[in-house]
Amino acid sequence: MSKNKSEYLISRKDNQYEVIIGLEVHAQVTSESKLFSTSSTKFGAEPNTQVSLVDAAFPGMLPVINEFCVKQAIKTGIGLNAKINKRSVFDRKNYFYADLPQGYQISQFKDPIVGEGNVILDMPDGQKEVGIERLHLEQDAGKSIHDLDPQNTFVDLNRSGVALMEIVSKPDLRSPEEVSVYIKKLRSIMRYLGTCDGNMQEGSLRADVNVSVRIKGSKDLGTRCEIKNVNSIKFMQMAIEYEANRQVDLIEEGNSIDQETRLFDTKKNETRSMRSKEDAHDYRYFPDPDLLPLEVSDEFINKLKSDIPELPDDKKKRFIDEFKLSPYEANILVSDIDTAKYFEEVVAKMGKNKDIKLAVNWITGELFAVLNSKNIEISQSPISAKNLAILINLIKNGTISGKIAKTVFELMMDGNKDPQKIVEEKGLKQQSDPKALEALIDKIINDNREKAVEYKQGKEKLFGFFVGQAMKASGGKANPQLINEILKKKL
Amino acid sequence: MSDITKQSLSELVKNIKNKKVSSEEITKEFVNRSEKSKELNAYITEDYSSALDKAKKFDQKPNLDLKLPGIPIAVKDLFCTKDIQTTAGSKILNNFVPTYESTVTQNIWNEGAILLGKLNCDEFAMGSSNETSFFGNVQNPIDKNLVPGGSSGGSASAVAGQLTPITIGTDTGGSIRQPASFTGTVGLKPTYGSCSRYGIVAFASSLDQAGPMAQNVKDCALLQEVISTYDSKDSTSINFKRNEYSKELTNNIKNKKIGIPKEYRVDGMPKEIEDLWQKGINYAKDCGAEIIDISLPHTSYALPTYYIVAPAEASSNLARYDGVKYGFRAKGENLIDMYEKTRSEGFGAEVQRRIMIGTYVLSSGYYDAYYLKAQKVRKLIKNDFDEAYKKVDAILTPSTPSAAFKIGEKKDDPVSMYLNDIFTVPVNLAGLPGISIPAGHDSKGYPLGLQIIGKAFDEQNILNIAYAMEEKINFKNKITDWWIK
Repeated sequence: MSKNKSEYLISRKDNQYEVIIGLEVHAQVTSESKLFSTSSTKFGAEPNTQVSLVDAAFPGMLPVINEFCVKQAIKTGIGLNAKINKRSVFDRKNYFYADLPQGYQISQFKDPIVGEGNVILDMPDGQKEVGIERLHLEQDAGKSIHDLDPQNTFVDLNRSGVALMEIVSKPDLRSPEEVSVYIKKLRSIMRYLGTCDGNMQEGSLRADVNVSVRIKGSKDLGTRCEIKNVNSIKFMQMAIEYEANRQVDLIEEGNSIDQETRLFDTKKNETRSMRSKEDAHDYRYFPDPDLLPLEVSDEFINKLKSDIPELPDDKKKRFIDEFKLSPYEANILVSDIDTAKYFEEVVAKMGKNKDIKLAVNWITGELFAVLNSKNIEISQSPISAKNLAILINLIKNGTISGKIAKTVFELMMDGNKDPQKIVEEKGLKQQSDPKALEALIDKIINDNREKAVEYKQGKEKLFGFFVGQAMKASGGKANPQLINEILKKKL
Repeated sequence: MSDITKQSLSELVKNIKNKKVSSEEITKEFVNRSEKSKELNAYITEDYSSALDKAKKFDQKPNLDLKLPGIPIAVKDLFCTKDIQTTAGSKILNNFVPTYESTVTQNIWNEGAILLGKLNCDEFAMGSSNETSFFGNVQNPIDKNLVPGGSSGGSASAVAGQLTPITIGTDTGGSIRQPASFTGTVGLKPTYGSCSRYGIVAFASSLDQAGPMAQNVKDCALLQEVISTYDSKDSTSINFKRNEYSKELTNNIKNKKIGIPKEYRVDGMPKEIEDLWQKGINYAKDCGAEIIDISLPHTSYALPTYYIVAPAEASSNLARYDGVKYGFRAKGENLIDMYEKTRSEGFGAEVQRRIMIGTYVLSSGYYDAYYLKAQKVRKLIKNDFDEAYKKVDAILTPSTPSAAFKIGEKKDDPVSMYLNDIFTVPVNLAGLPGISIPAGHDSKGYPLGLQIIGKAFDEQNILNIAYAMEEKINFKNKITDWWIK
């Protein structure tokens, strides 16, 4: 029995195993140009159209560091509550491959630009801190295309030299669920900072997943396997489940785990060996003599610190304090920067007499449902924050009922129409004139004398019948609260 | 004017400015002499007809305010030249035509110079005799079957043989100064960071430096003035105040303190080198300089350090020559096979040797013992110079431990070949400027050079010392034109 609800354990006969996971996330730096050249980084261009002489490693070409990418890495480091190293060094990681034009990747090995930090995860049963080991800058390689021709491999160098941040976590993660929350949180922080767009489909965020297992309660780490280059959260989770179970089975059968690099086959849902430790590359890292050590001043770092926007954790705290949201509601609203922006705009546009609770319900309810069904992001919402704010105010001040509001909401989706206008044009304004409603109710009671008597004799269920009749007679526009009051009085 | 090719750069510039001679006339003379000098094998690529066209064009609208107005110049084939084949002396780059121009060559074209052709060199600048070039040996104009030194052997031969009035070479461990010394010419290796490395085929990035080679110190100063610019395209280029070296050149070196490092008196040093050095000391004294004995205690570690650092960087720098993108490609069964065949066939023996040394010293398990240790020793070598420069303004040494040797004499003995660089290598490791000037002859009549080493960015000072000593030495190069039939 685990006291911790989200604890992820693998059980075999008498043994329970826990899973130890560490991630190396490769996040593409949001930047117009590459890490060491001025070529564009735009996604989806024709092959080999965004390649400079530097990217293609022509003789005599030299790398020149892109200052913007350095700033992005430092900002990300700040967002990860991490130590910024004022001196870092670019190293060459040497290996041969057709899509690696230089024959080495420029990376940071011994002296990364960002040191230790942490990320806070909101798990169902509380918060969990995950340690960050380091963050370093490196170049991406090009792309080898093997399936265009049976004889030849094609190489596209558009991606060659694009800046990546490798964010290495400590082995602090314990379940596929935590991995999912961790990736989402990293993505969220970087999107708040504008340092990585987090687009996993376009490969802006990929991870190498290190997995090991050990008997629950043991202090020693088991031998780990590294699953290379997994590009979706779902696949990461599947890969971890498969790999952890594979390792447990091996141990249960009395075998040992070989340290190796593995690949996740998304079709077969299994990991398989790519190379063993003995076959591991000797990358022959050494400081790149074409680049001087990267030195940044306190001033430079402080300037970047002062430009850091409010990040998800702080925003969440503020939403709870300022708007009295529950931690759960706050979490939903801050997890994505565009959602947070939308919510805050709705709040601002609602003006003085605002109903935050109502706004939260409408955003997380109706709006999210629409976005989900249309499979679009909130940034593409068919209803602007301003118009949603107007709609909520119409409910709040009694102009329309919540039920009518849903009809108005449907109509607003067609071209982001102003709800005020819809209400006027369609005559959907709520009837709140007590005299008119009294007349309407008098008529209903008159027409249904027998039921009125039955009600008075104690058949209280019939109250709903009269409410329904009144609403029907008003075309749904009657103020339900007033109807209730008048009916109670008259019956 | 039939003696055009015998004129120094300064004379040619003066004559062209005074309209005594046209760019076309000058260019024609150098082209003619170059064509008659094929036996020297100084050129890899000739660009004569295009040079003559450019010269004609220059004469139509001569801009005489330029520093190299209409002057034809051949350059080492390590500089990438736009639309002109650039080989680095290697089969692997045979037929490679860059679409871009190196900063250093662009600087000379901007001052009105005209490209004559690309000069032979050791493959990827790895060699001390120009015998590792895929394009064959270069002959020293001093004598038949004599090496011109290396790696800028074609450059030294072309200047000494008057195929080009001046040239630019590159120097990673002595590749300008040693061939200058072997051919009786002047060669300057500037401070690391003085000349941009952009567009120069890399050998060892932390050591490579382009520099001028000329018939005399003044020409050398003028060319240095042109090629040394700050360049944001090279992250190791340094933005310092650059002198107008030729204008500020002076032979007044009175009271300059010149250091004589005792550690350069190496075991087995030939007496004639010893004598030359003493002669140099006397000349310096004659010029009014003060001679001070100094110590550079880590000198003996310089050569082994160099032969770890340079191959390490080279092994990585040359990884890009893989047959995938440009240059030579051998057919292979698969990617790995193609790599292996391309690189085995495309690189010569010396380059392969250095790639293997470099790969070895960077390998895990050996990195600390070799590369890391070499970096530490390199720092100590630099510290030696820093200490010395608290006492002296410059240092005087022989350029090489011997005069030029015969082609083939040391080809199969890499260690004895490497020893050629014993006096020049520490300067590269410390990133300092060094100049070699011809100072005498050995018993066979072959030229011998003296090296003056300066403080970082103090090119002006060593040029001045060289200029003053040049006057006193009054060296005459013995060029017999033996190769011209």
